[in-house]
Amino acid sequence: MTDAARPRLRRFLPVGVLVLLALLPLGFEQYKLYVASLTLVYLVMAIGLNLTLGYAGQISLAHGAFMAFGSYGVAILGQRGWPVEVGLAVGAIVAFACGILVGFPALKVKHHFLAMVTLGFNIMVFLVLRNWESLTGGSFGISGIARPRWGLFSFGSDRAYYVYMVGWATLVVGSAYWILTSRWGRAFRAIRENEMRAEALGVSLRNYKLMAFAIGAAYAGIGGALFAPLLGYIDPGAYTLDRSIQFLMMVVMGGLGRFAGPFLGAILVTVLPEVLRASEGLYLVIYALAVILMMLFMPKGLVGIWDWAAGRRDAGAQPPVPAPPGRLRTG
Amino acid sequence: MTDFLQLMVAGVSIGAIYAMVAIGFVLLWQTSNTINFAQGEFVVLPAFAMVLFWMTLRLPFALALLATVLVSTLLLGFGVRKLLVARLLQAGVLPLVIATIGLSLLIRYSLQQFWTPLALPFPALFPRAPLRLGAVVLAWEELLNVAFAGAVIGALQLFITRTKLGWAMQAVAQNRTLATVLGIDVGRLITITFVLNAALTAVAAILIAPVYLVKYDIGIGLGLKAFYAAIIGGFNQMRGALLGGLLVGIVETLSAAYVSGPFRDAAVLVILIAVLLWKPEGLWGAKEEWAS
Repeated sequence: MTDAARPRLRRFLPVGVLVLLALLPLGFEQYKLYVASLTLVYLVMAIGLNLTLGYAGQISLAHGAFMAFGSYGVAILGQRGWPVEVGLAVGAIVAFACGILVGFPALKVKHHFLAMVTLGFNIMVFLVLRNWESLTGGSFGISGIARPRWGLFSFGSDRAYYVYMVGWATLVVGSAYWILTSRWGRAFRAIRENEMRAEALGVSLRNYKLMAFAIGAAYAGIGGALFAPLLGYIDPGAYTLDRSIQFLMMVVMGGLGRFAGPFLGAILVTVLPEVLRASEGLYLVIYALAVILMMLFMPKGLVGIWDWAAGRRDAGAQPPVPAPPGRLRTG
Repeated sequence: MTDFLQLMVAGVSIGAIYAMVAIGFVLLWQTSNTINFAQGEFVVLPAFAMVLFWMTLRLPFALALLATVLVSTLLLGFGVRKLLVARLLQAGVLPLVIATIGLSLLIRYSLQQFWTPLALPFPALFPRAPLRLGAVVLAWEELLNVAFAGAVIGALQLFITRTKLGWAMQAVAQNRTLATVLGIDVGRLITITFVLNAALTAVAAILIAPVYLVKYDIGIGLGLKAFYAAIIGGFNQMRGALLGGLLVGIVETLSAAYVSGPFRDAAVLVILIAVLLWKPEGLWGAKEEWAS
């Protein structure tokens, strides 16, 4: 993504635009502000999954479960009087540890097994959340989750909490940028492009893949931790396999392995249903059609449009699976 | 004991239907690396088609069955292969996975929106009269379900092990590049697999419709069960999907009868997770080559 020769303006322009975009929703009415807040949660989740899937090429269907660790971390510790930040940290660490536990055996075998192991893991976590009533409140969930408070200053209002979330999202975006430009990011990309070559060059496949998976899981934990106080109420229904599939779609539709991908994907997945809601029950049909058409004509995701508009078709990352020479040319 | 026997037969009866769906799923994976997330909807659409041909248009049963299989193989076999898969195969596993997710949503919500959100009743295909064997009471319906599904799976097995096309399919499943070098038209075989899968799901649809009723959203559970069956049994072998399907049906039926409380649905999942942890290639699958 970075290019030392690129003029300084082009590097800082996107940051400026992002800051403006991030602050714009503060002027929105309540419901639109809520949608914007939700977009931030999804952005954090998508950045994590993009790291796992887009850069390291590992299919994960458990990001809904990793998200649950963050949400329940905040909710359960909150009930016991701990601040949101502690719950967030605990949730992210548990998600990271589970990422290692799930990824370690799965990464021994070919990548589609990781998809299946993570699918099973997500269903298992859902069942535990629903049935461990003394801890998680069972299918009723946990309500009355407080928003963060720093001394006298409370992030209780929707606008203040939005600013709080923008702060965390900035941290996540910044750290992901740092990871991807460090030697780690280069190793991730080397693995995705050609495993055998990367290993021959001295990249430890197993360790880097595992880290890419676990860091992605930790980001999902952070996203979940931000989600719980936003609603003030959580129940297991929010962390099903469907949710994980939704994240997968978000990342692929945004653009795999591209830094801008999660931003576009998160906006698309939250805004599109809102726009289509006017069409009543038809919106799910239209949404499904949009997904299929997008995969057919833009398998590189929305980032592909950007590339096409900027006239740099061949720049940037390739899809995670090395494609044969006769690949479709798409914008 | 008689209870147990009766439950076993019921479990095998439903499991045989799951096995058919799972076998199609595994065949698709083997020849074309397609993880078909729409497999459940591939059962639902033919079930609706059968309702249309048999109950609404009042065609004779055999004709309605034929029409349903035809519609399914044309739309879900040929159509999906030519319109979706042909273009997406080249883009890698992931865009195809997302496209099948989109397809499952499209079929599910189109049926809900343009047909009906209600459950449609479906008459029993076989007599529901009981069959008494001493103290054991079995339903004719269950036994005939098993016989019907068994015949279809047996025919498929014969096709794969005894015909040239079947051998070619096995070759493609084992090594696509080598199969191409040997002069096998891989693209045509993928088309044949899609058509076979659509025929399998159409037959499964007709067998399962009297049990589940016909509703737009039953595909979610069915697809998941086929997925469980394939993972538990083994993703790279037809016998794995067959045995996995039977196992899922039996465990589900037994746990519904004997396990009470919140973990009733969990029995199959416990097996799933145990298999993933200790034998990730599946109980009856062949060992995969290691990635690293």
